[in-house]
Amino acid sequence: MAQSKHEKIERSVFLMIVLTLLTVSVGGLVEIVPLFFQKSTTQAIDQKGNTLDVKPYDPVRLVGRDIYIREGCYNCHSQMIRPFRAETERYGHYSVAGEFIYDHPFQWGSKRTGPDLARVGGRYSNEWHRVHLLNPRDVVPESNMPAYYWLDRPASVADVQAKMRALNLVGLHKYSEEEIAGAPAAVEGLTELDAVIAYLQGMGTALQNVR
Amino acid sequence: MADFVSGFWNVYVMGLVALSLLFCVFILIANMTKRPEKVEVQDHLWDETLQEYNNPLPRWWLYLFWITIFFSVAYLAIFPGFGNKQGIFGWSSIGQYEGEVARADERYGPIFNQYLEKDLLAVAADPEANAMGQRMFLTYCAQCHGSAATGAKGFPNLTDAEWNWGGEPDTIKTTILGGRMGVMPPFGPALGGEGVKDVANYVRSLSGLAHDSLRAQRGKDLFLQQCAVCHQADGTGNQALGSPNLTNNSWLYGSSEATIIETITNGRQNQMPAFADFLGEAKVHILAAYVTSLSKGQ
Repeated sequence: MAQSKHEKIERSVFLMIVLTLLTVSVGGLVEIVPLFFQKSTTQAIDQKGNTLDVKPYDPVRLVGRDIYIREGCYNCHSQMIRPFRAETERYGHYSVAGEFIYDHPFQWGSKRTGPDLARVGGRYSNEWHRVHLLNPRDVVPESNMPAYYWLDRPASVADVQAKMRALNLVGLHKYSEEEIAGAPAAVEGLTELDAVIAYLQGMGTALQNVR
Repeated sequence: MADFVSGFWNVYVMGLVALSLLFCVFILIANMTKRPEKVEVQDHLWDETLQEYNNPLPRWWLYLFWITIFFSVAYLAIFPGFGNKQGIFGWSSIGQYEGEVARADERYGPIFNQYLEKDLLAVAADPEANAMGQRMFLTYCAQCHGSAATGAKGFPNLTDAEWNWGGEPDTIKTTILGGRMGVMPPFGPALGGEGVKDVANYVRSLSGLAHDSLRAQRGKDLFLQQCAVCHQADGTGNQALGSPNLTNNSWLYGSSEATIIETITNGRQNQMPAFADFLGEAKVHILAAYVTSLSKGQ
């Protein structure tokens, strides 16, 4: 019996693996790779192409952002307002890709036990965040968010420079040597609470906070 | 949105999409035309006697694949996806969102706007506007002021008759539109530990709370020097500055001696955020009327 092409592929594990990988990669090559070469996903612009005032996180916000990640805030809070009226009425303008170019890794999340935080910046006072993070039920009796009472301790200064250097390597960030040199002084003396609040208060303020 | 940095990526996407589709078509045609005349038994054997025919895929099954090919061609013609082609209807998710918002504004806009013309007190007396106001309050205001509007430590109770910035309906509306910044500066360094304690006792005496009368006596002079600028000589406060009335036994941060000492020593800073941009005037109008109605009858 003559061997058909089908049989040839099926009976050679190596050829099968190569052809399977090729087939599976087409989707990614068409849908993912071109995103790295789009203006709207790599530059600080909104959906109409207007320039947005998005800057790399300053040292304090960077430290706050890492505390946000450490405490697993993303498990309950998303940072992505979808273009639906039901979301923009409550949270503000829908998110655009250009707002997140310095989010490395991004914190879009996919679960909302708590509300979306993409535009929480300026929505509440610093004092509210302080009280709320230490014990949410002091301001929202119905809240089921855990109390993060241990955040009232000094923020770690030791690794902030290394973080900035690492982001220069992997992200679009371009922290200058001066900025990196000044980072420990900026964080020194602040509590983790201060850093997280600074991060939260800067969130989503690049696009005007209207629906 | 396809705004590639160079034209290459447009060609790249279109080329890969077209190639994959054509390849699928080629495989389908090959499977439908080159069918064996006689179905052979495959040469492997399981469990001594079990053998397998090498049947071609049934035709009805292959027609299903044709349907997916036609579907993808039609999809790429109608919706964006083929390089930077927008599709024949120019559909976009943002366009769909804007349509949704425009339809909602057309439908719900007049419901909100009908109250804008009316006086705030008249709106406050309207049960329908009140129900709308309460729903918005629960969405936008309850996080700080509580779902019953009774506030929390540092966040004012809106159901009593005491107002730091003024309780006139128009003032409440101004507060919601533009926000407020409440700043009590720290007096710890200026007064010293004993001085702070004296002033705290005087402040407690203003509201008729238990106090050390000797300390209160000493604190009165310090109060007149340091505090009367904002809180007035008689301690009744100044709504233009947002400085609270200290004589009405209504306390934003608490009335205990320790809390008052903390307030005077470190100062207080808090903020009511502005809602003009986020909610628009029509909704703020209804909210202000609702808040006005909460305070009534007290």
